Amino acid sequence: MGKLIDEEGRRVDGRKFNELRPIRIEVGVLKNADGSAYIEHGGNKIVVAIYGPKETHPKFMALPDRAILRCRYHMAPYSTEERKPPQPSRREIELSKVIREALEPAIKLEEFPRTAIDVYIEVLQSDGGSRGAGITAASVALADAGIPMKDLVVGCAAGKVDGQIVLDLNDLEDKEGEADLPVAIMPNIGQITLLQMDGLLTIDEFKKALDLAIEGCKKIHQIQREALYRKYFGTSEAESK
Amino acid sequence: MISQRGYFIENLRKEQMLQLLAKGKRLDDRGLLDYRPLKIEVGVIEKAEGSAKVSLGDTQVIAGVKVEVDRPFPDTPDKGLLIVNAEVLPLASAYSEPGPPDEDAIELARVVDRGVRESGMIELEKLVIEPGRYVYAVFVDVNVLNIDGNLFDATSYAVVAALATTKYRKYELTENGELKATDKFEKLPITTIPISITAFRIGDVILLDPNADEETLVEARLTFTFDGRGNLCAAQMGGSKGFSKDQVLKIIEIAKLKAEEIGGLLRRQVGYG
Repeated sequence: MGKLIDEEGRRVDGRKFNELRPIRIEVGVLKNADGSAYIEHGGNKIVVAIYGPKETHPKFMALPDRAILRCRYHMAPYSTEERKPPQPSRREIELSKVIREALEPAIKLEEFPRTAIDVYIEVLQSDGGSRGAGITAASVALADAGIPMKDLVVGCAAGKVDGQIVLDLNDLEDKEGEADLPVAIMPNIGQITLLQMDGLLTIDEFKKALDLAIEGCKKIHQIQREALYRKYFGTSEAESK
Repeated sequence: MISQRGYFIENLRKEQMLQLLAKGKRLDDRGLLDYRPLKIEVGVIEKAEGSAKVSLGDTQVIAGVKVEVDRPFPDTPDKGLLIVNAEVLPLASAYSEPGPPDEDAIELARVVDRGVRESGMIELEKLVIEPGRYVYAVFVDVNVLNIDGNLFDATSYAVVAALATTKYRKYELTENGELKATDKFEKLPITTIPISITAFRIGDVILLDPNADEETLVEARLTFTFDGRGNLCAAQMGGSKGFSKDQVLKIIEIAKLKAEEIGGLLRRQVGYG
């Protein structure tokens, strides 16, 4: 056995292979934003704000037939073990792009020609899986902004740790594990809108990890719904049935 | 080629391509899963320690490797460095502009880097002169010279071919611990040849190696890199529409077969295996 999973199959933080870390989502946390959300997912603490649809600046970026979606994923300098310089790193630029592409299929951009929708994702504290948590919170914030959407988008990773396929890797598992497979889906439509992988997986392991990540996304989707229910109906979804 | 044919002609061309794709055909008569002619020349830049020029149809990419002695990263004192940087040169198309790499170029470089790094292609542990102090740093700079679609694969093949044929000058430590260049040159410690295959979706049609005209229709993109031993070592989805799970699983099977074909070609070109 390796050092990240013990003889009883418990992971470093005591979870089973298919168990998520604790997740908490709050809707409408920033007064100025058109929509906002805060998520704690394991050690991740992420705040997301939506501004828009609004007039596009600079003007030449505007599109005649739909809104443009802009996205900034940014980590605070104090969010990591070692200070992260505040200017966007290459990693943050890449993640901003893939997160934007993960959210875009869900948003009815064609309803707001010539406008811009800005998504700001600020990672205040980072743990493994921050892009997935950022996506989860961003789609809730978009809903909070009243932007018409076809579906929510949920992010969650699976991966390989000590030879086992596990759900929702934390920082240590991400760094010391063999592979990481971040995924985002639109749970009702059933479309995968983000898929990245690094590390080594056989094709069978990949398929298993993909299934596990999708299962994780579906569970987190329930937490998204609960958060929106609480904000807008002041009650939980289960209670109101 | 991306051209300035004008809006009307551009739309006619798109319609024509869509009608053909619906029948499983393409404008240049290729099958949906056929690559354009792939040409790999290595050693094209004598002053670089390794280099390769790749053309995939009219897409042209050149990669150069420079190897220098550097300090290791503090968290990996016993490993050499690998740094991949990609730039689309302003001469590559009518729409390319000078300036620092944009998000597309950064994504390109990072996906190619991930494929090379995670495959374990280069044994970085062997690129150490003195742990914690002196290691070899392998810099790969890739430039796109002409854009005609499928940059991810073309760039990956150029980087892999350049690295696989790199010969670098050995350094050693003198008795009083100083660094000294020797006259010996060695190949990089290569363990495998990773292969990147990117699939593209237009409607329900999955195709490989689109040219720039076809790319204007692409809704989503999915790159898989195989480590040359049958494992997956990197993946990246792109575009703004995503894939269904069934499409992802189908693409893995397509990519696996294609990786064997392209891998054979690439290995022959670089004299590996």
